[in-house]
Amino acid sequence: MSGIVSYLGGGPARVDRPALEERRGLRWLLIGLGLGFLGLFLLVPLAVVFLTALRDGLGAYARAVSDPETLSAIRLTLTAAGIAVPLNLVFGVTAAWLLSKYEFSGRSLLITLIDLPFSVSPVVAGLVFVLLFGARGWFGPLLEQLDVKVIFAVPGIVIATTFITFPLVAREVLSVMQAQGSDEEEAALTLGASGWQIFRRITLPKIKWGVLYGVILCNARAMGEFGAVSVVSGHIRGETTTIPLHVEILYGEYHFAAAFAVASLLALIAVFTLLLKQWVAWQSRRSLEPRAASRATVAAPAVGGAAI
Amino acid sequence: MFVKRGVLPGFGLSLGYTLVYLAFLVLLPLCALALKAAGLGPSEFWRVATEPRAVAAYELSFGISLLAAAANSVFGVLVAWVLVRYTFPGRELADALVDLPFALPTAVAGIALTAIYAPSGWLGAPLAALGLKVAFAPLGIFVALTFIGIPFVVRTVQPVLEELDPSIEEAAAVLGATRWQTFRRVILPALLPAVLTGFALAFARGVGEYGSVVFISGNMPLKTEIAPLLIVTKLEQYDYAGATAIACVMLSVSFAALFAINLLQRWSRRVG
Repeated sequence: MSGIVSYLGGGPARVDRPALEERRGLRWLLIGLGLGFLGLFLLVPLAVVFLTALRDGLGAYARAVSDPETLSAIRLTLTAAGIAVPLNLVFGVTAAWLLSKYEFSGRSLLITLIDLPFSVSPVVAGLVFVLLFGARGWFGPLLEQLDVKVIFAVPGIVIATTFITFPLVAREVLSVMQAQGSDEEEAALTLGASGWQIFRRITLPKIKWGVLYGVILCNARAMGEFGAVSVVSGHIRGETTTIPLHVEILYGEYHFAAAFAVASLLALIAVFTLLLKQWVAWQSRRSLEPRAASRATVAAPAVGGAAI
Repeated sequence: MFVKRGVLPGFGLSLGYTLVYLAFLVLLPLCALALKAAGLGPSEFWRVATEPRAVAAYELSFGISLLAAAANSVFGVLVAWVLVRYTFPGRELADALVDLPFALPTAVAGIALTAIYAPSGWLGAPLAALGLKVAFAPLGIFVALTFIGIPFVVRTVQPVLEELDPSIEEAAAVLGATRWQTFRRVILPALLPAVLTGFALAFARGVGEYGSVVFISGNMPLKTEIAPLLIVTKLEQYDYAGATAIACVMLSVSFAALFAINLLQRWSRRVG
């Protein structure tokens, strides 16, 4: 008996141990079921977006995409993402530093607060900002006196987008920082480096792939956010419609090919995001490899693990 | 006193900045919602939050989210297993594809799924011939919520499966267990906390989901109207009190789900 155990323990590859492998037929059945599920639920919808977008030919596609209302929607989406993503980048790195480098009371409460937008309905997120800044909201009278419009205007869209996407960078960077520990930072401190020097020359190079992936994901969500933005936007055509809202309007008016043409822009961003994610995961694996050899405790590549 | 560990500089600055940011973006809005709800008074709140249309919406939202999360638990384990244990052409591509629901805007997913499952669509037409109505029926909501929830179980189970020590499977095999017995009695218990965490995450996401559902659901009051849509409808009628009451019910469920997820993660760290 013990002979068998030691033989198995010292044995070569998994392939030579039939007791730990499913039969060939079962293996291919499971692969088929898994891929069939992914194909039906993920690949088919993605393909339908592009196929429907091109249904009426390239000319119609180009017209739908270059329509003035589409262009103004693109401009608004770029504006909202252009403000929300940098804000959330600074917040995400700061919060990740705080949560990974120090142990303090209330830490887990802070993490729960940061996770909140993941589990709050986007519609509820939109609603709370209407209650705050709407005409009958807390700051409504004050905003009216100052002649500033937030709800049914661009500032509301920017605020709602920022709320929905703020955990993305923080979460991604936090998992990377936690996996890497702070030994090097502490070593730099004993050598007399200042806080800023430590961050810029030690921490930033270590976390750059995590930061990049967080920003990519944050940007994709910021450009695609629908529920929260829909509540605060007021759907004023050519003024407060982002790309997803413009898709909804076109679809509601039965301009299906045009709706899918505009939607295909967002789908392209999504595909680009997924490709970039694979590349970043590969880069971070590569940069971790020499480390993993010397320090067995380094966690597996954090990128891609906690991508919610 | 306040800080228990950490010698690196920057604690005050990063704590201050994080707190101010969260206070403006999260706490202030939540206070506004809570105060608005409190302003209704208990009896009025109860009346608005439990009117038949709202109750039908909760039942639909919670019920179908549970079903979709359950379907995702089964297929999520299957997909994670296939991606971790087997090598086959296109594995990297399939792995990348799993994250699509995170990256694809919900409105785009919504119109694409509707185009597929509408009575005239690719799959909708053959299914309608079989007497199965998907789009503009509860089944359509199930399809949309399943789409939205796919990454959660896969991505929580995948790392656990990768870390699983092969020697326990060897031990089971040596002791005469069949492959299925090993899976059911050795591997599955180890995966359970991760599966439940993924289930809870997919459920929480499904309950709040709006964009992908509104296109495919048909939005018939009392039949296919989900709770987030009811909030939007009430807002469009300037019924802020009604919208707030329903939002509070949904928020409490979100908090309960978050709390459950935290407990599950603590449990899985103990098990792992």
